[in-house]
Amino acid sequence: MDLSHLSLAQAADLLRKRSLSAVELTRFFLERIATDNAALNAYITVDEAGALQAAQAADDRLARGEATPLTGIPLAIKDLFCTQGLRTTCASRMLANFHPPYESTVTRRLKEAGAVVLGKTNMDEFAMGSSNETSFFGPARNPWGHDRIPGGSSGGSAAAVAAGLCLAALGTDTGGSIRQPAAMTGITGLKPTYGRVSRFGMIAFASSLDQAGPMTRSVEDAALLLQTMAGHDPLDSTSIDAPVPAYWDDLTTGVPAAERVKNMRIGIPAEYFADGLAAPVRQAVEQAIATFQDLGAHCQPVSLPCTAYAIPTYYVIAPAEASSNLARYDGVRFGHRCADPLDLRDMYARTRSEGFGAEVKRRIMLGTYVLSSGYYDAYYRKAQKVRRLIADDFRAAFAQVDLLLTPTAPETAFRIGEKNDDPVRMYLSDIFTINVNLAGLPGLSLPCGFDEHPLPIGLQLIGRPLQEATLLAAGHAFQQATDWHQRRPS
Amino acid sequence: MSPPITSQSRYETVIGLEVHAQMRTRSKIFCGCATQFGAEANTQICPICAAFPGVLPVLNREVVNMAIKTGLAIQGQIRLLSEFSRKNYFYPDLPAGYQISQYELPIVEHGQLVIASPLDQGPKKIGITRIHMEVDAGKSLHEGIQGASWVDLNRTGTPLMEIVSEPDLRSAAEAGEYLKKLRAIVRYLGVCDGNMEEGSFRCDANVSIRLRGAPILGTRCELKNLNSIRNVMRAIDYEVERQIELIDNGDSVIQETRLWNADLNSSRAMRGKEDAHDYRYFPEPDLPPLRLTPERIAAVAATLPELPDAKAERFRTQYQLSDYDAGVLTASQELADYFEAVAQQAATLGQPNPKVAANWVMVELGGRLNKENWDIQQTPIPAHHLGQLVAMIQQGILSGKTAKELFEILFTEGGDPLQIVERKGLRQVTNSTAIEEAVDQVLAAHPEDVAQYHAGKTKVIGFLVGQIMKRTQGKANPALVNQLLQARLTRQE
Repeated sequence: MDLSHLSLAQAADLLRKRSLSAVELTRFFLERIATDNAALNAYITVDEAGALQAAQAADDRLARGEATPLTGIPLAIKDLFCTQGLRTTCASRMLANFHPPYESTVTRRLKEAGAVVLGKTNMDEFAMGSSNETSFFGPARNPWGHDRIPGGSSGGSAAAVAAGLCLAALGTDTGGSIRQPAAMTGITGLKPTYGRVSRFGMIAFASSLDQAGPMTRSVEDAALLLQTMAGHDPLDSTSIDAPVPAYWDDLTTGVPAAERVKNMRIGIPAEYFADGLAAPVRQAVEQAIATFQDLGAHCQPVSLPCTAYAIPTYYVIAPAEASSNLARYDGVRFGHRCADPLDLRDMYARTRSEGFGAEVKRRIMLGTYVLSSGYYDAYYRKAQKVRRLIADDFRAAFAQVDLLLTPTAPETAFRIGEKNDDPVRMYLSDIFTINVNLAGLPGLSLPCGFDEHPLPIGLQLIGRPLQEATLLAAGHAFQQATDWHQRRPS
Repeated sequence: MSPPITSQSRYETVIGLEVHAQMRTRSKIFCGCATQFGAEANTQICPICAAFPGVLPVLNREVVNMAIKTGLAIQGQIRLLSEFSRKNYFYPDLPAGYQISQYELPIVEHGQLVIASPLDQGPKKIGITRIHMEVDAGKSLHEGIQGASWVDLNRTGTPLMEIVSEPDLRSAAEAGEYLKKLRAIVRYLGVCDGNMEEGSFRCDANVSIRLRGAPILGTRCELKNLNSIRNVMRAIDYEVERQIELIDNGDSVIQETRLWNADLNSSRAMRGKEDAHDYRYFPEPDLPPLRLTPERIAAVAATLPELPDAKAERFRTQYQLSDYDAGVLTASQELADYFEAVAQQAATLGQPNPKVAANWVMVELGGRLNKENWDIQQTPIPAHHLGQLVAMIQQGILSGKTAKELFEILFTEGGDPLQIVERKGLRQVTNSTAIEEAVDQVLAAHPEDVAQYHAGKTKVIGFLVGQIMKRTQGKANPALVNQLLQARLTRQE
């Protein structure tokens, strides 16, 4: 039996019936990682001892009959969630040997539910990138073509899920970092509403945009993880204090998704189908629109006029916040410190020059500039105003429709190295996902086809604030009607 | 140093003060660590105060309540919507590389404080521009360490209020009055211990001068490191002199930050305008805007104690005290409470005379405490004992002299006042037979003085009274002594 592509529910069922032990399942994945990770570079750190210990505890818990559906489920965690005692690098030389003395709220919740952490996955340094190429530990590779990027910044998590090096993974999404790699690797990725999931213990890139979410092989799996991850956290003042629906139970035992999708109004924003969209992506997404119509949804054109301002707005706000968030890496208390500093200024300058890679430095400089006296109004304040206009666009659209359907990314996975010399071209990879972060909305990326290589294509569903359940229902109905999510790389 | 400019000078001094008051919360502003002063270095810290990756601030409600309280006490407007911002700069004792503060939307605006102006001899309103909440930094230690600096983060995360005055102060003396008043208020409110030496109440002064009547302000200098009200006043006087000298010599004042050195009684330039940080303020994305409801503000208002001005007014009417006495006795909540307890005790035992109680608290006790360098909280005499003492004076049991004797015993040894009076025989002699006896003895012993008296030198009567008091060991009622002595001398004529 191939355990590598079990759904979470199947795995939970086998574990509960004791036809498979958590230790066996964990060992299976540890062995796969030992064999395949060298080629994919999906994991930065594999925690064999910790995983086996957690698996043993899960087996004990299963034996006591106190298991949750996540007990004994092996997960991969993006390496920016702080895991107590387990190295957390953010794929940066700055934190290459950082062992947090505390646990992120999200990983704590998953661990408390009995999940097993296999290790920490590769990513763009401090989540800054769309290709995983800015990682201090080298790029992760796309299981659909090892010369291709797996997307970013959660590229390692995407690659691990697509290649069956875990059952599911955690990612984070600041401008598309869950959805874009999900599209690049043919998996399902959900960025929840800003504030739906606690950010405590998630190493910050841009605080007003960062959000954690599940990266899985199906919508159903994503629902199961979200159900445990979501919820108010007293340690995160920006987390929303609203009840958490039983996303997975509702999906599997509630009104059937096929029923719920009937008569759903789906908006197709014209601005997302403009020139720059690769032909195979356009075709696949249009095919998906047809599928939704077949399922009984009403698809109608809508307009989001401020779409074009997404990239410039994002590249003011996100670097501004990052320039401040990353000031704490000064070599004083933790992380990298340069050798033999001459004085304080020298220590700061060399520690940060050595510890950060080029993309991180670029964004720190950008952010410092836009917040500088004399430039603040022209850049940061203006960007905040545009951000509000972008959110208004979505609000207006959601007065007419229940959700929006767009391509996740303008093209399929490009070659490693292809866009390294042109940051702006790289930034355009997130052109369809960034606005969702700026507006704080939930977004779900689903596999919807392949190009000629074949490389996966993703579609994006965008919902109203806190309407993850609607996205999940639509996505689940789509996956029941299609098999794109079941394709595997050879 | 030459005397500070007077109202006759051609220059006018303009001063604005920024006070940083550490709030007396049990825990820090953004985490649960204790705020206690004096713990071993880096023992009261957590990943949040040390700004480890991924941690987030959570605002302490009590900090907000204290800021509201202070805002109400200075008659400020409490904003229903305020926000936190980040002030970005690198320093080892600022772990995050930014200070969480309030910038564009502070919690309190448009307050004021009334001081007794030493120049105008009347009450004067000093505007308070704003009060905002912010986080304190840690401490860097450089002294006695070779080739390194040490950082103690215990103080990191201590809540501060920054209280910014309008440039309404016109002299060092007014600045001193303003600080005393502000300190009294924060102490009354219990929001800050007001200890300038320990740095829990810190003051920076912005000082400029201009020709009297000039419409615009002169270039200002910011004075730092002023760790007592006396130093604030001295530093301002020094700065005013410095600026006058510059201008009188045809130079101009350069905008800069200057560091006061109390030992040298002078200041030196620390950094110029061009070295000023660009703090790159922007709204703190980790904290949502702070929204308050009128109900919450009203609930805090209900907890406001009687404040110094109101209390002084009450003392004037309820106890018929002078403005001066009422002002002195309300300088601190503790002193005011002490006085009221003394006055109340005295009133229950005899005819109330709050003026006598006020004198004993301010002059006798105040002077004695000053000598020991103690404040009212450290007084060894409980208020009800001093009240008994005052009552015994009013009842004629104690004379001024024996009262002071009793006071000294109470201060140094303590004990029950009544028992001490009996044990030490301090009770005033009001028995005329005993006094008459003493009068006779003294007159017999000093015939030449008696003769002088009869010759018209009535001044000797003072000497004779003194001799009688001595013979009765000070216990005789002086009025009675006088009366009996006069009668006896008259009879002799």
